[in-house]
Amino acid sequence: MPQVTLTVNGKTASVEVEGRTLLVELLRDKLGLTGTHVGCDTSQCGACVVHVDGKAVKSCTMLAVQANGAAVTTIEGLAAADGTLHPMQEAFRENHALQCGFCTPGMVMSAIDIVATHPDGLSEAEIRHCLEGNLCRCTGYHNIVKAVSAAWPVMHGKVAAE
Amino acid sequence: MNVIAPITPDSEILHPRGLRVAGHSAAQDSARKQVAGEALYIDDMPEPRDLLHAYIRLSDHAHARIVKLDVSAAAASLGVAAVLTARDVPGVNDVGPAFPGDPIFADGLVEYAGQSVFAVAADSIALARQAAMRAVLEYEPLPPVLTIREALAQQFFVLPSQKMQRGDAAAALAAAPQRLQGRIVVGGQEHFYLEGQIAMAVPGEDHDIKVYSSTQHPTEVQHLVARALAVPDHAVICETRRMGGAFGGKESQASLYAAIAALLAAKTGRPVKLRLDRDDDMKLTGKRHDFEIEWDVGFDATGRITGIAFMLAGNCGMSPDLSGAINDRAMFHSDNAYYLDAVSIVSHRCKTHTVSNTAFRGFGGPQGMVGIEAVMDAIARHLKRDPLQVRRRNFYGKRDRNITPYHMTVEDNVIPEIVAELARTSEYAKRRQEIAAFNAGSPWVKRGLALTPVKFGISFTLTRMNQAGALLHVYTDGSVMLNHGGTEMGQGLFTKVAQVAAEEFGIDLDRVKITATTTEKVPNTSPTAASSGSDLNGKAAQAAARIIRERIAKVIAKQWGVAAGDIVFRDGELRCGPHAMRFSEAAKHTHAARVSLSSTGYYATPKIHYDTKLHQGRPFYYFAYGASVSEVEVDTLTGEYRLRRVDILHDAGASLNPALDLGQIEGGYVQGMGWLTTEELWWDAQGRLRTHAPSTYKIPAVGDVPQDFRVALWKRGRNRENAIYRSKAVGEPPLMHGISAFQALVDAVASCGEGVVQLDAPATPERVLMAIAARRGG
Ligand code: FES
Ligand code: FES
Repeated sequence: MPQVTLTVNGKTASVEVEGRTLLVELLRDKLGLTGTHVGCDTSQCGACVVHVDGKAVKSCTMLAVQANGAAVTTIEGLAAADGTLHPMQEAFRENHALQCGFCTPGMVMSAIDIVATHPDGLSEAEIRHCLEGNLCRCTGYHNIVKAVSAAWPVMHGKVAAE
Repeated sequence: MNVIAPITPDSEILHPRGLRVAGHSAAQDSARKQVAGEALYIDDMPEPRDLLHAYIRLSDHAHARIVKLDVSAAAASLGVAAVLTARDVPGVNDVGPAFPGDPIFADGLVEYAGQSVFAVAADSIALARQAAMRAVLEYEPLPPVLTIREALAQQFFVLPSQKMQRGDAAAALAAAPQRLQGRIVVGGQEHFYLEGQIAMAVPGEDHDIKVYSSTQHPTEVQHLVARALAVPDHAVICETRRMGGAFGGKESQASLYAAIAALLAAKTGRPVKLRLDRDDDMKLTGKRHDFEIEWDVGFDATGRITGIAFMLAGNCGMSPDLSGAINDRAMFHSDNAYYLDAVSIVSHRCKTHTVSNTAFRGFGGPQGMVGIEAVMDAIARHLKRDPLQVRRRNFYGKRDRNITPYHMTVEDNVIPEIVAELARTSEYAKRRQEIAAFNAGSPWVKRGLALTPVKFGISFTLTRMNQAGALLHVYTDGSVMLNHGGTEMGQGLFTKVAQVAAEEFGIDLDRVKITATTTEKVPNTSPTAASSGSDLNGKAAQAAARIIRERIAKVIAKQWGVAAGDIVFRDGELRCGPHAMRFSEAAKHTHAARVSLSSTGYYATPKIHYDTKLHQGRPFYYFAYGASVSEVEVDTLTGEYRLRRVDILHDAGASLNPALDLGQIEGGYVQGMGWLTTEELWWDAQGRLRTHAPSTYKIPAVGDVPQDFRVALWKRGRNRENAIYRSKAVGEPPLMHGISAFQALVDAVASCGEGVVQLDAPATPERVLMAIAARRGG
């Protein structure tokens, strides 16, 4: 079986996987990082989004072996060591941007990527466009869009985080 | 017999302004864990040692005899621990919630494509699936009944037809000044909870089984699992911490997976997890009932209805499941907010060889409402009036014209006020003119606008289900542990009920802990459904808290030499005149005085009763109201459309938690809009569901939701009935605001020609285009 060596949330992991093992399976089943959810199994809902080398990726769409040598961040790796939430996590909580919470980890990971890739400003229309790949069945998205807007200035240091 | 726990009199019921914890927008109890990825759903729980994974082999035919089922090759496959067929079920091979008809494993006959035939447990899901495919399964196909039309023609029903009536509809129709007839087809809907069906069964001592189930109804799972295993109920515990969405799809549907996991666990002595992948979930599980509705209406020149007859045909699928109550609720909501003077509603519960349809947010009510709203629109088009005018003309009255088709008097009607306020704040009249002007100058792009009301009856229509229990402990440090029968699926129930307990004790919300719902703590519960979760469980928790509060007050009153009734619980303290004591201190004193700090609480909804034969009575404790305005823009050359703006005004009574309620309204609207616009279920000629993944089944994505989305709670809202702190249930009613999106599309289509519009739901771009083409005569 192939060996995959990667960094997950800052820690190095070296795991034997089958060739067909998906990145999400590696994270959930081998590393016990179950915050990343599987909603559709077929690359359509975005519940499984993680960051691979800083980019948002649907982890059910990528083979574990493709992540060899990469730095992966999952929802568990966002908060600071002292438990302080990432500004995007905080914004989701503050803005009631979740109900059942099942889509939330993927939504937060996608949202961080969107904000990071729009350093000069982020309109509501752009947020809506960029979040098309993440499904939520509960909230109607309204508060999710609000949360992403609210996190943008904090992430880009335009206002002091509380 | 119902013994109602002593509850302090009505005078104590406070308006939210007097409330300190309830009535405030506390965040979802698990929000911090959810944003951090720490909230555990069943698939996230640490896996027990020796865990097996189960896979269900689905039927390939809609209707067929199984002539050969040989599972020996599956049983002999690598990593397989057990294979179960109908023959291997020690108890009852059926998980029908109200009536039999939902076999755990098909027994000689399959009645829908996707039905469970047998299950395999193996060391991994891949091995289980491979093994299942090795079994030999041969069928003798039988002719299937696949549509409502065929079922009606053959009188093929799962339950007897019903009739509800008031006055003489036939005579009124014959005498009506004007008369119209029509028909509307309303599609079904897939729940698409983001977390699919899942259960994990863990065997314990004495052959007991603990089932972790993503279910809205732990008690029923416990009962049906015990029945399948042929063990007493006390040998099975069902626990549900949280669901990743449910929407009615885990009310009766979760039992099958819990039962299969438990049967396999009992057989192997090892824990078993059964998680459906999305495609299997969509094939296996029931959906919202599709309906065909025929109507015949008489009205006067002002559009006021003088008589009406409905025929509602609901597609129940292959078994009764919850279809009796669902079709009843469709009848109950065929009036929506309108007084129907002479009315007859006939309801057929059609059987087809498709998956058994089930509960879905609104529970048949939305389908009934779509019918009457189509009638309102048809009358308006016929009379060339604004549909809102016709709707208003038919609203229930306050003192007269206030009896429903099921003979219940509407006592709490606030629809005229809500609609007046929304028409004003949404600038309905002005926009109506602007849209007319826009459409006149725009040959291909047309806009449409519609305002529709919602009146939704709150209570289980099966009276005995309207009860709830809670179990509450106060520890000697003043912290509180609360359990109740309700389940958390994202609606915020746990938060609301904790707010109630904190309010009653006058302590901070974080002093109250609510943990997983389990049949061990609170028995014989009703499902968390019918929007009743906080009404029932909030009251039960309040009852328990008040029992303990009175005990504490008595102990402390004695010490202080005051009357127990004069002690106030507030800000973490007990106070009376010059006396004050921390709540935690008071708990210690109570314990020292050898008085119990633990109690159950119980609640049964008052006033309700219903005669299911005559279809008369008071099935609902009260009604929830609201209204919405949607504006759409349609490209009439392609049928594509988008929502331009939505305004909603909703009555949540004196809201228990405004932020959570607004979330329910926003999410409900979007789900209702999806149901009536893009979400199309499609079966092929062999009865196989072809839309079994999000690639082919389109739920709203963020881009389908209008950027201009204005949602408000009705400020004057206050429940006339003594519901928990005068709030109103808010789970289901907002879904029906989605009807305004559909009616706005009808309005846009109407602008392309003359007369009544024929548009069925879901109004996919394809259907919109065909409706426009029919109108333009092309
Ligand atoms: S589970 Fe990966 S996109 Fe849905
Ligand atoms: S919060 Fe439930 S799916 Fe998004």
